[in-house]
Amino acid sequence: MKNSRYAPLILLAASIFPASNAGAQVTPQRLLDSAKEPQNWLMYSGDYSGHRFSTLDQINTTNASALVPKWAYQTMAGGKFETTPLVVDGILYATGQDDRAFALDAKSGRSIWQYQRALPADIRPCCGRVNRGLAILGDRVFFGTLDTHVIALDSKTGNIIWDATAFDYRKGYSITLAPLAIKNLVIVGVSGGEYGIRGFIDAYDASTGERKWRFYTVPGPGEPGHETWEADSWKIGGAPAWITGSYDPSTNTTFWTTGNPSPSNRGEGRAGDNLFSNSLLALDPDTGKLKWYFQFTKHDEHDWDATQVPVMIDQGEKHLIAQANRNGFFYVIDRSTGKLLFSNPYAKVTWSTSKDAEGRPASLKEASPTPEGNRVCPGAAGATNWMSPTYDPQTKLFYVTAREQCDIFSTAPQPYEEGHAYYGSAYFPNDDTAPFWGALRAIDPDTGKIKWEWKHPSPTWSGVLSTAGGLVFTGDAEGNFIALDAATGNALWHFQCGASVYSSPMSFAIGEKQYIAVAAGSTLFTFALP
Amino acid sequence: MSAFRVANKNERSGRLHRGIVDRCFSLAFFAAIVFWLAAPQISAQDTNPLANDLKAAKLGEFQFRSNCAFCHGLGARGGGRGPDLTRAQKRHGNSDADLFRTISEGVPGTAMPPNGATQQGVGMTDTEIWQVIAYIRSVQVKAPAQPLGDAAHGKALFFGVAACSTCHMIGGKGGRLGPDLTTTGSARATDYLVDSVRNPSRRLAQGISEAMKEFSQEYETVKVETADGQKLTGVVLNEDHFTVQMMDLREQLHLFEKDKLHSYEKSRESLMPAYDQKMLSDKDLQDVLAFLLSVGAQ
Repeated sequence: MKNSRYAPLILLAASIFPASNAGAQVTPQRLLDSAKEPQNWLMYSGDYSGHRFSTLDQINTTNASALVPKWAYQTMAGGKFETTPLVVDGILYATGQDDRAFALDAKSGRSIWQYQRALPADIRPCCGRVNRGLAILGDRVFFGTLDTHVIALDSKTGNIIWDATAFDYRKGYSITLAPLAIKNLVIVGVSGGEYGIRGFIDAYDASTGERKWRFYTVPGPGEPGHETWEADSWKIGGAPAWITGSYDPSTNTTFWTTGNPSPSNRGEGRAGDNLFSNSLLALDPDTGKLKWYFQFTKHDEHDWDATQVPVMIDQGEKHLIAQANRNGFFYVIDRSTGKLLFSNPYAKVTWSTSKDAEGRPASLKEASPTPEGNRVCPGAAGATNWMSPTYDPQTKLFYVTAREQCDIFSTAPQPYEEGHAYYGSAYFPNDDTAPFWGALRAIDPDTGKIKWEWKHPSPTWSGVLSTAGGLVFTGDAEGNFIALDAATGNALWHFQCGASVYSSPMSFAIGEKQYIAVAAGSTLFTFALP
Repeated sequence: MSAFRVANKNERSGRLHRGIVDRCFSLAFFAAIVFWLAAPQISAQDTNPLANDLKAAKLGEFQFRSNCAFCHGLGARGGGRGPDLTRAQKRHGNSDADLFRTISEGVPGTAMPPNGATQQGVGMTDTEIWQVIAYIRSVQVKAPAQPLGDAAHGKALFFGVAACSTCHMIGGKGGRLGPDLTTTGSARATDYLVDSVRNPSRRLAQGISEAMKEFSQEYETVKVETADGQKLTGVVLNEDHFTVQMMDLREQLHLFEKDKLHSYEKSRESLMPAYDQKMLSDKDLQDVLAFLLSVGAQ
């Protein structure tokens, strides 16, 4: 009441200066209508469809060669910097290595607040102390941590509003993905496929931090799919969900993907398909109930997680999900039924030469790992991995980072010990004389055919952004950040970042100026026209 | 000249850091001992608490497969990236405490990362590190790897008629076209070294490791013709999609933007000749290897 006499003044200011109203509430409706505010990047993939496409076109094929760096922000942290920033009304929110988060003036790069998680000394995340980003809703940003908490930070100060424990990190669980906000829920999944966890996807009330539902990606006794696990293997079955899902409001369905069954390199002891590992899941976001599932790799023994962002594509009456899977095949699936429409290899594949009754690639028996090792393509890191693909509705092409690398897969019996690494052996670089390489590939989702490719000298971990300017942006392991013509794959511009790109780029605008942002090394770079 | 899947160029700088690291480690080691005395758990100490424990060695093998074999090979017999650990001689020490330190802290300036810092794989607890050490002991050959031949004669060959030093440096002497071989003897398995001499093109040496890049640049052979018609042959020092940094046969550095070159041709046929029996007999090869091992162990 004390401040009520200022209220008219504040309202007046807001109506006169809407552009400077930094930090306005991000409502669930704004997330649904993200296309109406192309200057902002409101969630990990830019919108609910998983397109990672920006409708901004100030930077385009005619002027991209003039791009220049505008500012850089350094986290001063080591390890992989995997974040995709959010931008809302002039403020950029992002995460960094070792569970940092920060807010910046998106025009100047100057810091507004910084948050550093006080991580326990005994966390042992599998694959680097990484985080891929935030979700935003109301006046809060949401963050999944390496010690397996979900926390809400005040978007104006970085102060902790609530802190929910998802699971005991000492048992091998962690969170590295950017949460997905739907309605008033914050949805996350866990990492830990290297430890014999039992994976799950959780939804938390954005207001209170109370957990509203949990979907176990490995079904327990009496649940459908439980019969696909041998004996008690389900208890340590893995199937983590460590990449952000997408959401179809028209059917109120959220799509999530899962990773490998544990132990990754050993199928003995877990006979069966091992549902819902390496699967695409269609969930009701209100209840966490499973609508349907599609399993890409049954009874996986090669660590081929399906944790690639599910990309929703609409072609007239057809509502599809496309995924370039880590196992080397590009899949197109009916979004309402989960039925496979077709699959086509988009990278070198040696593990499958035939399809099963449902049309899905079937595994050759001799592709299984052996005690002394067995060469299989793609390698353990996959034909692609977590780095985001993009779908450009203008070119109607799906662009994905492909890795051409074969590995030698070995297997060995291994007793399970809680919280300890549980691989069932390992993989090794193969003895091929030719070096590994990579490519950005443009795939026609109608046919699965590759329209063009841009060769990388070595496999990269960069994701891809497409824009209405007719461009795709990606990075390489040699440190270049590159703009390509989306129609032809010709390079129009590049910038040497000084370290490999381990992230997926995004775009935003401040006033009349469009920016492209990407993390590389310890630095977040932004680029714009001069 | 460029066969050399052998030495890691960066290993040279490692020695600069060791004094500091050792001192830091002494403090950490002291603190760890105090901590260990205070709490009944397995931690950093002088001798392996799990020595001769066959079950621990077996558990160590699981850990080794997951965490170490990527570079050190199955059975710890060495690979293209890491030394053969079945040898009793180890460049960075072979006592239990040495191995614990090497695994925990890594070896600065080499490809050996600190435990848990590889960005791939999960890292190990102290107990698991001791298990790995128990495993390494179980596969270590009983007799110390004796020089295979006459190191003094090997040295004479290296710097003399075998002409290795035309392209390779040891201890600051020799050529620049191939990798420095000062630490190679201890860093690579013997079979690997033999293969590198007899069949240098089979797998090229690893060169530059860039920040965060997983796969090293290799010593590939390159031929370019510049826009003004100059023809150059040499080795690739580094390269990306747009540029190349190379050294020609006269050890001159050249830096090019690829799209400005008239032609650019890379080959995985090493510039180093394959040393057959006529060029280097088996006995002489053993002498050269003995020399490399003796230098590498220093």
